[in-house]
Amino acid sequence: MRTLSPEILIFTLTMADLGEADEAELQRMVAAEQQKAQFTAQVHHFMELCWDKCVEKPGNRLDSRTENCLSSCVDRFIDTTFAITSRFAQIVQKGGQ
Amino acid sequence: MEGAFGSDFGGSGSGKLDPGLIMEQVKVQIAVANAQELLQRMTDKCFRKCIGKPGGSLDNSEQKCIAMCMDRYMDAWNTVSRAYNSRLQRERANM
Repeated sequence: MRTLSPEILIFTLTMADLGEADEAELQRMVAAEQQKAQFTAQVHHFMELCWDKCVEKPGNRLDSRTENCLSSCVDRFIDTTFAITSRFAQIVQKGGQ
Repeated sequence: MEGAFGSDFGGSGSGKLDPGLIMEQVKVQIAVANAQELLQRMTDKCFRKCIGKPGGSLDNSEQKCIAMCMDRYMDAWNTVSRAYNSRLQRERANM
């Protein structure tokens, strides 16, 4: 999924006939929306992975085991990201392939 | 001034555009795109959970399963969203 796409951003900034102050404010507001869109895109991504891991047959509500699994899934994915980033940096530093 | 998506970008007679109104349009576009994304992924997941061997039509149990699945998917979305937000705040606090 795209976050706030570059096309929207470029269209907004180049097509607009704005004064300097207005353009700065617009850039600030677009940056805020971009950050929100990035958050949402990440949640979609987590759902992609964590739904399969944590939810069996959909019932009348999510039980606490499922809720804990979903929360843990998010944290463990982030931990995995850190682990891979740091180990990869070590590998690259040692001149490995 | 008419925008590319057929919406009014809030231009006055002088040709100056209002950032606030532009942003309202942008926010709507983003919300629409997000809803489409949500529906597409929800449909995928609930099809996998609820439909076994595809028959001639959706039977009653399959339809009930789909309805429950949609609700649970949105519950899960909220849970994941809260967990991610908490983690982001924890990481910021540690910086």
